[in-house]
Amino acid sequence: MDKAMELIRSFGLPRLIITLFLLALFIIAPFAGINVGASLTDVLGRFGQNAIMVLAMVPMIHSGCGLNFGLPLGIISGLLGATLAIETGIQGPISFFLAILYSTPFALIFGWGYGKLLNRVKGSEMMIATYVGFSSVAFMSIMWLILPYHSPTMVWGYTGQGLRTTISTEGFYYHILRDSLNLRIGSFSISFGEIIFFAVFAFIIWAFLHTKTGTAMTAVGSNPVFARASGINIDKQRTLSVIMSTWLGALGILCYQQGYGFVQLYQGPMYMAMPAVSAILIGGASVNKANITNVIIGTILYQGIVSMTPSVMNSLIHTDMSEVLRIIVSNGMILYALTRKSGASR
Amino acid sequence: MRKEITNKDVRNFLANNIVPIIFIVLCAVCIPIAGYSGEYLVDQIITRIVRNSFLVLSLLIPIMAGMGLNFGMTLGAMAGQIGLIFVTSWNVVSIPGLLLAAIIATPIAILLGWFCGKMLNMAKGREMITSYMISFFMNGVYQLIVLYGMGAVIPIHSNQVILPRGYGVRNTVDLLNVRKSIDNFWSIRIFADENGTGGLTIPVLTFILIAILCVIIIWFRKTKIGQDMRAVGQDMEVAREAGIKVERTRILAIIISTVFAAYGMIIYLSNMGTLNTYNSHSQIGMFSIAALLVGGASVSRASIKNVFLGIILFHLMFILTPQAGRNLIGQAQIGEFFRVFVSYGVITLSLVLYEIRTRREKAESAKTLAIGQKEAEA
Amino acid sequence: MSEMTNTLLEMKNVSKEYNGNPVLKDVNFTLKQGEVLGLVGENGAGKSTLMNILFGMEVIQQTGGYGGKVLIDGKEVKFASPLDALKAGIGMVHQEFSLLPGFTAAENILLNREPQNKSVLSLVFGDRANTIDRKKLQKEAIDAITKLGVELDPDMIVAEMPVGHKQFTEISREISKSAIRLLVLDEPTAVLTEKEAEMLLKAIRNLASQGISVIFITHRLQEILDVCNKVIVMRDGRIIKELEAADTSIPEMAKLMVGREVSTDKPKQDNDERKISDKIVLSVKNLWVDMPGETVRDVNLEVMDGEILGIGGLAGQGKLGIPNGIMGLFPAGGKIMLNGSEIPLNNPRACLDSSLAFVSEDRRGVGLLLDESLEWNIAFPAMQIQNKFLKNYLGGLIKWRDQAAIKEVTEKYISQLQIRCTSSLQKAKELSGGNQQKICLAKAFALEPKLLFVSEPTRGIDIGAKALVLQALREYNRKHGVTIVMISSELEELRQICDRIAIITDGAVSGILPAERPSEDFGILMVGKSKKEAM
Repeated sequence: MDKAMELIRSFGLPRLIITLFLLALFIIAPFAGINVGASLTDVLGRFGQNAIMVLAMVPMIHSGCGLNFGLPLGIISGLLGATLAIETGIQGPISFFLAILYSTPFALIFGWGYGKLLNRVKGSEMMIATYVGFSSVAFMSIMWLILPYHSPTMVWGYTGQGLRTTISTEGFYYHILRDSLNLRIGSFSISFGEIIFFAVFAFIIWAFLHTKTGTAMTAVGSNPVFARASGINIDKQRTLSVIMSTWLGALGILCYQQGYGFVQLYQGPMYMAMPAVSAILIGGASVNKANITNVIIGTILYQGIVSMTPSVMNSLIHTDMSEVLRIIVSNGMILYALTRKSGASR
Repeated sequence: MRKEITNKDVRNFLANNIVPIIFIVLCAVCIPIAGYSGEYLVDQIITRIVRNSFLVLSLLIPIMAGMGLNFGMTLGAMAGQIGLIFVTSWNVVSIPGLLLAAIIATPIAILLGWFCGKMLNMAKGREMITSYMISFFMNGVYQLIVLYGMGAVIPIHSNQVILPRGYGVRNTVDLLNVRKSIDNFWSIRIFADENGTGGLTIPVLTFILIAILCVIIIWFRKTKIGQDMRAVGQDMEVAREAGIKVERTRILAIIISTVFAAYGMIIYLSNMGTLNTYNSHSQIGMFSIAALLVGGASVSRASIKNVFLGIILFHLMFILTPQAGRNLIGQAQIGEFFRVFVSYGVITLSLVLYEIRTRREKAESAKTLAIGQKEAEA
Repeated sequence: MSEMTNTLLEMKNVSKEYNGNPVLKDVNFTLKQGEVLGLVGENGAGKSTLMNILFGMEVIQQTGGYGGKVLIDGKEVKFASPLDALKAGIGMVHQEFSLLPGFTAAENILLNREPQNKSVLSLVFGDRANTIDRKKLQKEAIDAITKLGVELDPDMIVAEMPVGHKQFTEISREISKSAIRLLVLDEPTAVLTEKEAEMLLKAIRNLASQGISVIFITHRLQEILDVCNKVIVMRDGRIIKELEAADTSIPEMAKLMVGREVSTDKPKQDNDERKISDKIVLSVKNLWVDMPGETVRDVNLEVMDGEILGIGGLAGQGKLGIPNGIMGLFPAGGKIMLNGSEIPLNNPRACLDSSLAFVSEDRRGVGLLLDESLEWNIAFPAMQIQNKFLKNYLGGLIKWRDQAAIKEVTEKYISQLQIRCTSSLQKAKELSGGNQQKICLAKAFALEPKLLFVSEPTRGIDIGAKALVLQALREYNRKHGVTIVMISSELEELRQICDRIAIITDGAVSGILPAERPSEDFGILMVGKSKKEAM
């Protein structure tokens, strides 16, 4: 009995409830006339689409910068890369590669500046990160209107100026990963392309955390004073982590776009940090500890709930409360993490 | 005894008031470009003061208690909205309707404020991000109640309020019953021309209400509880040692703020005349905080002066930028995006400046030691 | 001082132990009304525990209460909380200020005891809606200040005050409490300038003449002679002697404070007669360090190659600031030369690169990664500074953590230092204080430094672990020829292991003596007598 309690405690009550809830959904699903295979496909698809954005939380948590509420900054780098790639008019897989290539310098520059800023506001990173994200989205909204893009797929038809709110990736990199190495068994299909893509970056982060620099970064997050006494340049490590997070955010949105099929501009990225933050917390991370397992478990649980609740609820009570539930669960999870004592001083 | 104004004083003044200064310059540039008449602008500003000052004033008390900007004021706004939804569905009109709305909103606001205060006590040192997430979380709960509970569980049957499907509140609710009832109860026109048109309308009663709140806040600072809040705001440990109940005082600060925000929201919406059921509250939080910061307030210090200066400058910018954008580039949308950018940007800037300033103050003591040594050597 | 007749406070056979360790043994004394009692003793002599008992601090009840009796006016009292003590008229001014920076002196003096006016709204909202009576507040504050007899502007904001005025504000607050009969002052003059201290001493005499008794804790023995009626000297939890202030002298008190009853005063146990070279390995010139509570003002020191140099002194005098400043953990200035080349300050990396290492007194805050494994804790600095325990791939482009090498070195130190743990992967926070300290030493040893700073290595650990830690340091010095600078509050510990001991007072070196010198000499240095007088 005690052992069971201990296990529950280490697993975390909210996470346990969410896991049980998701399991229940899958058990109920067949009775509600829902195809479990298709549902699993959906969950895995969403996993592939979102996992890298969740992974983008890891470096900043490791260096003690807290939850990356400033993810929109990385997303904006990705959007710049995406729009520039489409602007070239080059179609097919190369466009995805180009998008990554073009977004990289932006991510590096933005991440560097963002990191420098966060170094000056140690202790209130999360609040300021949130508003840095918002401000940059609002600023880019102006930019999308006035930047001199020309590609007819992107520019408003009637004025010939300013980008559309959503741009289709059809013909460019739509489902570029989703449809590669696809395995289909009945109604269930799994895309190894997306999963391998995620696995590569997850491995890179995992490996990085095993190097000398990665060790230093973790130490900075674990106890900055210890790290400083050991001769580590704290600010440098933190900046590096922010750059990494920002770049992963850029990659993450590109990966998202290829699955989702659209580039969403203007206010689109505004609240994209919340699902990612919430996912990694559901996966068992805290404000200052996170690992790759947290990313994988968290993304599956979060996306599982997001995709399963609407279909099950709709067929059961003919009401779609899922969006509201999603808001409550994901923000409730963040709130839980923030109000826990063990969350250290950040 | 004339004080010499040194370069340092000027620099300090600039550094401490950089946000209002930016806004004054911004507005000064935009006024000629937008090309509105002075009368129109003044009329608009009066309207905005009427609408917003109660809401912005509600932020002052948590700042006094050292809890930073209360992003949880959104909770109060939700309570106010629920009150208005009820009175609209019951068809209670005019001032009695608003009073009833306030009566309904009060217990809800107290409950929400208590919850928020409890949470913030668990997250000392990061009150702002927590209160911000509480507002998001509660937004979910609010939607659950309003979109699925009302009409289904909570008996509301008015067709004006409930969606055709039989439950859930409409996206926009017309508040014709109570629209401008405080404003029109007693208003005077000044500078009107002979036909009685034009000029400015001054809603006297609303201004009286706002003045009363200002007096309450000033009086509040002088009370025992106000003194306790200031003490808790400066140093929780010292206050605790002196026997002040720190946790209770902090919760009380949030409850008061939430209740005021609920009343503020009722005044705001009655002036607007329509309720955006699912948007009004979340926007108002950001705009109120931005306005307060534009007025020169910081995370730890805010006064009534900041409130009014902030509302005037912030909303002046809000009115001017779309028109200025249209006249300058031919697109009103740019102006709209610009003002969103400015709202977020100003909050970011204020938070960053505050952090940097606090840090600099901490670094002062090393300097004095170094100077001491130099003097000793000399 | 005519009313010095009635006994106000009496302590009878008071004793106290923490987890079986006695910290107070059989303390007896009386204090008469209007009397000023000086209380002196080294750090850890039991002064603060005694005061905690007097005040009914929670920590006493939580650790099992105390033995003996405390009597006030001849009646036994047992205070359950400091509030009870306040009600009985006992006030205390702590070393750290407990003031609100943004409030005026008057507001601070009457914090949470503000005079109030009822208003209409109080009927609705209760007493907290009372308005504050500013005029009365002002008057009561001025009354307290006048009673104390110092100059203090009641309208001055605390943040803008000189330190002395903050101290006066603090004392005025205690005095303003109506029932005040006994005032305890803990090191009130430590932060004051000479002039301010004089004012305070005058104020103490003034209070005593008004019938208020004062317990005055200080390290400045001259002040005791100046102001007290009698003196109690404490050591190792006992009252060593009660003296009449008029009949004693500074050397006598100093001797009583530090002297051990151990008959054979043989500080150094080892018999190895070794020659310390006269080569200077580290020289410190005009060092200042801004470490809160341990400010270093102007330290000049020379460390010889291969020696163990002790740095002692009372708490708050700046001894801890020295290694923390040199190693770049707190803002510092001055000139540090290691083997003839200058080491830049405020740069921890540069110090570590030049083979200095530091074991911090703040184990949990600075010394350890509490949430990480022992392996990480021990290997981390050596890995980062000297690229040890790393495997290089792609021509050194990728520096991979060498888990096996890390495990090996961790286990080596675990067995060498007898660290008690379940495995090398256990988290540092799960170890006991003594074992944590050994981890900190292992961390420094893994760097293989030429010069090692060790700060308070035995603080908060039990006697067995203490001996082991000291033994490890001595061995490390003998075997590897590493120069060690050890900072400790415990003079006897320094005398056991060091070759020379420097004493720090007021942020400067007050003298350096060979460890064989009798403890009294060090005691005199500690209480601020210059080098010459000690010789």
